[in-house]
Order: sequence, then C-alpha cells, then structure tokens
Amino acid sequence: MPMKIGAPREVHPQECRVAITPDTAEQLQKLGFSVAIEAGAGEKAHFSDDAYREAGVEIVEDVKTLWAESDIVLKVNGPETHPNEVIDETELLRKGGTLISFIWPAQNPELMEKLAARKATVLAMDSVPRISRAQKADALSSMANVAGYRAVVEASNHFGRFFTGQVTAAGKVPPAKIMIIGAGVAGLAAIGAAGSMGAIVRAFDTRPEVKEQVESMGAEFLMLDFKEEGGGEGGYAKVMSEEFIKAEMELFARQAMEVDIIITTALIPGKPAPKLITEAMVESMQDGSVIVDLAAQQGGNCALCVPGEVVVRHGVTIIGLTDLPSRLATQSSQLYATNLRHLLTDLTPSKDGQIDVNMEDEVIRGATVIKDGEVTWPPPAPKLSAAPPPKKETATAPLVVAEKEEKPKGLVTAILMGIGLLALLGLGSVAPTAFLSHFTVFVLACFVGYMVIWNVTPALHTPLMSVTNAISGIIVIGALLQISSPSGLVVVFAAISILIATVNVFGGFYVTQRMLQMFRK
Amino acid sequence: MTEGVLTTAYIAASVLFILALGGLSNQESARRGNVYGIIGMAIALIATIGGAQVTSYGTLGVCMLIGAIAGIFVASRVQMTQMPELVAILHSFVGLAAVLVGFASYLDPNAHFEGPDAQVLKTIHEVEIYLGVLIGAVTFTGSVVAFGKLSARITSKPLALPARHWLNLGLALICVWLGTIFVGADGHSGLIPLILMTLVAFAFGVHMVMAIGGADMPVVISMLNSYSGWAAAATGFMLSNDLLIVTGALVGSSGAILSYIMCRAMNRKFLAVIAGGFGTAGGTAAAVGEQGEVVAISAEETAELLENAKSVIIVPGYGMAVAQAQHAINDITRKLRDKSVEVRFAIHPVAGRMPGHMNVLLAEAKVPYDIVMEMDEINEDFPETDAVLVIGANDIVNPSAQTDPGSPIAGMPVLEVWKAKAVVVMKRSMATGYAGVQNPLFFEENTRMLFGDAKASVDSILASV
Repeated sequence: MPMKIGAPREVHPQECRVAITPDTAEQLQKLGFSVAIEAGAGEKAHFSDDAYREAGVEIVEDVKTLWAESDIVLKVNGPETHPNEVIDETELLRKGGTLISFIWPAQNPELMEKLAARKATVLAMDSVPRISRAQKADALSSMANVAGYRAVVEASNHFGRFFTGQVTAAGKVPPAKIMIIGAGVAGLAAIGAAGSMGAIVRAFDTRPEVKEQVESMGAEFLMLDFKEEGGGEGGYAKVMSEEFIKAEMELFARQAMEVDIIITTALIPGKPAPKLITEAMVESMQDGSVIVDLAAQQGGNCALCVPGEVVVRHGVTIIGLTDLPSRLATQSSQLYATNLRHLLTDLTPSKDGQIDVNMEDEVIRGATVIKDGEVTWPPPAPKLSAAPPPKKETATAPLVVAEKEEKPKGLVTAILMGIGLLALLGLGSVAPTAFLSHFTVFVLACFVGYMVIWNVTPALHTPLMSVTNAISGIIVIGALLQISSPSGLVVVFAAISILIATVNVFGGFYVTQRMLQMFRK
Repeated sequence: MTEGVLTTAYIAASVLFILALGGLSNQESARRGNVYGIIGMAIALIATIGGAQVTSYGTLGVCMLIGAIAGIFVASRVQMTQMPELVAILHSFVGLAAVLVGFASYLDPNAHFEGPDAQVLKTIHEVEIYLGVLIGAVTFTGSVVAFGKLSARITSKPLALPARHWLNLGLALICVWLGTIFVGADGHSGLIPLILMTLVAFAFGVHMVMAIGGADMPVVISMLNSYSGWAAAATGFMLSNDLLIVTGALVGSSGAILSYIMCRAMNRKFLAVIAGGFGTAGGTAAAVGEQGEVVAISAEETAELLENAKSVIIVPGYGMAVAQAQHAINDITRKLRDKSVEVRFAIHPVAGRMPGHMNVLLAEAKVPYDIVMEMDEINEDFPETDAVLVIGANDIVNPSAQTDPGSPIAGMPVLEVWKAKAVVVMKRSMATGYAGVQNPLFFEENTRMLFGDAKASVDSILASV
C-alpha cells in the first residue's frame, strides 16, 4: 500500500504559496506515492484544480478528510489555527503521521510539544543542513533567492526614479545607487536583480570570502579596514566584535548619505536581527529613498522597521514586508515544492512509495525535528562548512622551496658549460678540419632547430612529431649511398634500410597532411 | 650530377625542411609547410639517386616502391586515436635504419683513409659508427616497446625491476667498455664488440621504456623522437653528409624541446621520468582516502546545466581518446553553440599519450581549432565560466597540485577548473588517476560526478541537449 501525500490549502493570512505543484505531483507519483490536495490549494499560486487533476492528483473538498487520509502532509507554513474550522491544524494531523513544512523549532517550542504529543514524525524544511548534498532540498536558500529578487521589485515600486542611468532629450537621469547588506543567497539575488535593472550596486558582508561572489555578480564589495573572520559554522554569519560593529556602522552611515536604496539581509541564526541602520542614518538619507528590510521577521535590521508593513519615516519608505516569497507565489511554490520533492526522493531510496526516515543520513537527520513523537532537535553540528578551509600557508610553501633550488642550479649550469667548453677545445685540438666543418653545421642546425621549434604552436605538436618522423626518414640517403656497394651484406642492409626509411618518408608526410587537413576554423 | 650540384641540392633541402618546421607555428601555414617538406625530401632523394655513387637502380626502385606503398597504406588507414602508436613505430624504423646503415658503413670495403691524419680519421669514423648504432639500437627497441604499450599489446604499467638503476648503469658501462675494444680493433675484427654492443643497447632500450608508465608516454615519445634525430645526425657524421646532420639536428632538438615542455607540464625532472617507476610508489598519498562527499548528477541534468550556461569549457583527457568520444563531443559543442552558448576546450600539455594528441582528436571530430585553447590561454577564464565538463581527465585538474606541497604532483601546472561555477566530472569510478593521488576536486562543493563510460555518458548528454 503506497503512502498518500496530501497538501492542504495554506491558512496563514496572505499566504499564497502551495507545497505541491502539478509538476512535482507527477514526480512524487513516480516515487510511488499517491498525491492529494485540498480543493483550491494552488489557486492563489495560479495552479488550478484542473491542472492538478491532469497531473493525476486527487482533489479533496473537505480539509478534515484530507488531513485524516494523508500519511504525509506537505505544507509551507507550520500548523496553526484554522480560521474556518476553528481548530488547530495540529489536531488535524493524524496520530503517528508525518509532516514536512517550515517549523522553526527554536521559535516555536509550544508547536513542537503539541506535535510530539501527536506521536508525529516532523521534518522541518528550515532545519535541512547547509551541506552541498542537501542544496537541492534547501528551501531557505530557494525562498531567500525569491525574497532577494522581490525586495528589488518592491524597492523599485516605491522608488520614484529609474534604476538605470539615461541621457534623454528631456535631460540626464542619474543611475540609482543601491547598497545591499549581507551577501547571502537573498543578498546575491538582490544584487543580480538590481544590477540587471541598471543600478549601481554595492554590497557589504562580514565574511570576506564572499567578496569574489559579490564581484562576480557585478557589484562593488565594500571593504572594511578591519580584520576579523565573520564566517560561522555552516556558512552563516556570526556575531562580530564591538570594534568591528563600530567600524561597520561608520561605513553604513557614510553610505546612507550617498545611496538611494538600502536592502538589508543580515541574519544571525537563532538571534534577533542585528540593528544596522539607525534612525540617524534614515534621517540622513535623501527624501524618496527606500529601505527594504528582509530581516523584518526577526525584528529588522533597520531601527524604524515595522514588521509586515510599509511605513514612511523622515521621507524614507521603509519596507518591512515579511511575505516577500508569497508575493511571487507561482515561482516560490515551484521552487519550494521542488525542494520538498528532492527531500522526499532522499526519504524514498527504493521508490516504492514508502518513506524511510534514515537517521544515519546526515540530511534527513538534520531535517527531522521530531521522530515518532520524540524531539530530535537540535541535530548534531554539521560536519562540512560552506566556507573554504584556510589554505594560505600551503600556497606559499612551494614558492620558498623553488627559490632555494635556484642557486645550486645556476652553479651546475656553469660547471656543465665549463666542461662542455673544455671538451670542445679538446676535440678541436685533435680533430681534423673535415670533421670540424661537419661539427659546425651540426651545432648551427641544433640552434636553428631550437629557435624554430619553440615557435611551433602546442596544438600542432602531434603533426610536428609526424613531420619530423617523415624528415628523419632522410636517413634513406645514407642507405642510398651504400646500395651500390660490391659487398653483398652491405647491399642487403642498405636495401632493408631503404625500405623502412621510405615507409617513414611517405607515411610521415602523408599522415601529417591528413592531420593538417582536419584543422579547420 | 656533379658534387657541386649535389651540395646545392642538399642546401635547398635543408632550407625547405626548416621552412616545413617553421610553418607549424600556426594552423594556416602548416599545410604549406608540409608541402615544403615534401619538396625538400624529393629534391634530396632525386639528387642523391642521380649522383655518381648510386648505380643499382633496380633494387633501389623495388625497395622504395614497397616502402612507399606500405607507408601510404598505413598512414591512410590509421585512426587518429592511434597516432601515438604510429609515431612510435615510425621512430623505431629510423632507429633500425640507423643501426643497419651503421653496420653497412663499417663493413663497406670502399672505406679507406689516407693522408697524415688517417689514424685520427679512422678513429673518429669508428666512434661515429659506434654512436650511431648505439643511439639507433636504443631508439629501435625503445620505440617498439612504446608502440606495444600504446597499442595495449604490453601492459602500460611501469615495470620496476629491483636495482633497475644499477642495471642501467651496468649496461651503460658495458657499452663504453665494448666501445674501447671496438675503436682499437684492426680491420673488421671490431664486428664482434659492435654486435654485442647492439644487443646490449637493444636490451637497454627495452628496459628503459618498460619502466615508464602510460601517462608518462608523452615524454617517452618526445624523447624517442629526439633520439631518432640524433641517430640520423650520427649517421650523417659517419657518412660525412651535411644534409643528414642538419636534418638529424633539427629533429633531435625538436624532440628534446617537446620532452622539456612535457616535463615542465608535469613539473617533473626529465631524468626522473626516464628513470621510470612513477605511480607505483604513491601508496602513502593514495591512502589519504576520501575527503568528503561526492555528488552524482545524471546525464539529463548535465545537459540542462550546459544549456543554461553562458560559457562552457570542456577539458578532455586520455579517457576521451580511449572512449572515442570526440565526435559526440563535437555534436554537443555544435548544438550548444547553436544555442549561443560559448563553448571552448582547454588542453593541458600532457593530456593524452603524446604532445598535441587532444588537438588532433578534436580536429578529427571537426571541432574548430580557434575554440581549442592551451592551458596558459584559458586558465585565467575559469572564474567567469558557468560550467566545466571534464572528460576522462584526472591529475591535470587536481587542485592538490597547488594546495598540498606533500602531494606527488605538487607544483605541476593544472587547469583550475574548480574556480568555475559548476564542474561536471565524467569518470568511470572514484579510482585515482595515474599519479595515484586522490583528487579533492571531486569533493568540491561545485563539483558533480557523472559516473559511467565516457562514450555512453556523452551520448546520453547529446540526446538530452
């Protein structure tokens, strides 16, 4: 009996996303599951019930039936009180059932308790470890990507000017200047979106290793004249020292006077968002400027941010919306549903429609916050960090070795040259002139060869070898001069030499010609 | 034909040969260069045959005809993947010819020396013969063994005899000792030491190449190329023929430079390569074991990755030649270019089994040569590249050459593929490369492994692009 996967309509106010799309429904069925959704679950994300039906999904009218029949419930937000049924969704979850959604176990201890009481198995999408293998199931990243993009769209919506600079008949338009704080997934997505709209983008992050990524997206990386590694475990930022924060705030204050738009994405896991933009900074910004605070849910990076709302303070629009991914519901549903599908693929190694919550698997272990009613959160620390290991010492070491070898090498060359010179003098003192003239030719030919061969392009090294094969068949001349000898043995040797050397001459030239014909633009 | 005409003909031939090699400096002039070479060879042969010394045209004609037919037959049939074998066997012919010409020259009853310098001239002549035969013999058997290894008739694993360095030294000393006997001998009594030395040199050639492993073949082939040149030059000395000397020197220095380039590309000393045995003693390095998790990818996903990339670099290695995947690669390249993806190839100098091997294979598959880049041309571009496809290469893309000073390949110049946004490595299994070194590239975060036979994988990517 294959397990049944169900996705109810999201009950969170203004939530437009859905946990299963027609695309992922098909793929889930390939894993052996049967799939059901509550009627109208995908409506706000523009997936009609008909589209689901076409994908072989069962449409269940009654939400209670759906919850009761589903072995595995997929959701976006964690369970909360249902507005129509006036009961907690937790109550709807089957005893011993499985739930996969965002949970935020650290912030929601009560929810965790209730779920544990249901003897449920719960996988939290926010707890999927940030290791490379789990990237495909990393919903935080995929949602952050959407949020970053949407942040720029929201900013442009409230910003009274173009992003790109233009010179028009009606006058010159300066480009918008945008500062992005925090170059995580959301920050990078914002950099990309803002950059492609033509704005001048600057980005700041406490982790110096992201400089390259920022620059690769075409933004300028704002450097602090201060040394402190900001990379924490699992690729997240950590709390910085006081001196660092002071230097950082000075930088922001300077930038605030100059830029038109600030997008903040600074989050530290398990902590309230750091206050980076003070009221004084907001005041110093020009009228009509925009601040988008992506950390609003965790209290906001901007002191004046009101979570969930758009407010105007000192002429600056401060956007504290917390539902940015939901505002791009089709896209984020597709990404989130795909994240879920990847996690379920890992949970279903034998593709038989039966999940196996294998606690030996690092990804599944990390995501599982409750196993059969037992709280298994927090998981052990992840093994791998996204940051590259420090490798400065190793990189410089070979250079030192190379330098040490330099001196004896020069000495050896000098000695060899000396010996060579003496040998030449010795040879010259005994050898007859006939030999020496040949020797002159030989040495000069070596030098000509040296000069000519260095000019050969490496792409043609194989033709070079075959053509030298061909011309070294010139040894045939030696045999030709011997073939008319009166000695029988000499004639036999010469005949064989002619034969094989001719193979070289013809074979070598012919194959070279064949190869060179092939080199085409 | 007078002596003067003969000499000028030889000068013309020498110049044409130099032009032939000079023409290889780029693809456009290379074909013209080859024609120069052919003309030079024709002039040299006609002048020699027309000279006073040659009378037995019958034997000569028959031999040349058979040789010509055999040569063209082989050259027209050879697969481009078999080029290293063909080159190796052609080297062996030069070596054997040098040996035979050397013997013939020694036995030639016409040879006589007059005048006050007669004794010195005779000694020099004998030294020339001895050296010519020695180099020729080593080239001959060395090339035959190289041919065997390249065509997989002999195992390409290095043969490590105990005390092989002492064995080599012993053989060399025997050659020197036999040489002193040979040069001092009266009349033709030196024949015995000459034959003995030839046998010793044969053994030396076999042993030398047997001790060298498959991936060091580019160096061996270049070295044998060089030897065949020196053998021709030595023959030129013994026959007092300047054309042979010039040609031999050209070929000799060409091979020497190629060997040098190959060694530099592997950051190894020439002598260390020739001493052989590399890749067998790497046990400690291989024992480091796995360094993390590898992420597999399917052919369809790879195709998607390539299609969505703006720029792609393909890094081929010997595995591509073995799997004969170059034609399918070209089809993928064409399809991607049609979708305006920028595709380029990055060639490491020692990729494959002989210098320039990959270029020839790609040219055969009709990949335009202006998108086939050398390591130095393209290494800077990896950070701006969206996707890199590594086909059957391992050590030449190993980051530990730069990061781990203890690695056997430390300091070897490598293609910095790991700097690209995504790397797909096609590989049969997680086995180590030739150097026996684990490759940290496979465990990089942006690396995906596409396991399976290179040809099958490339075909299924092609089907999905």
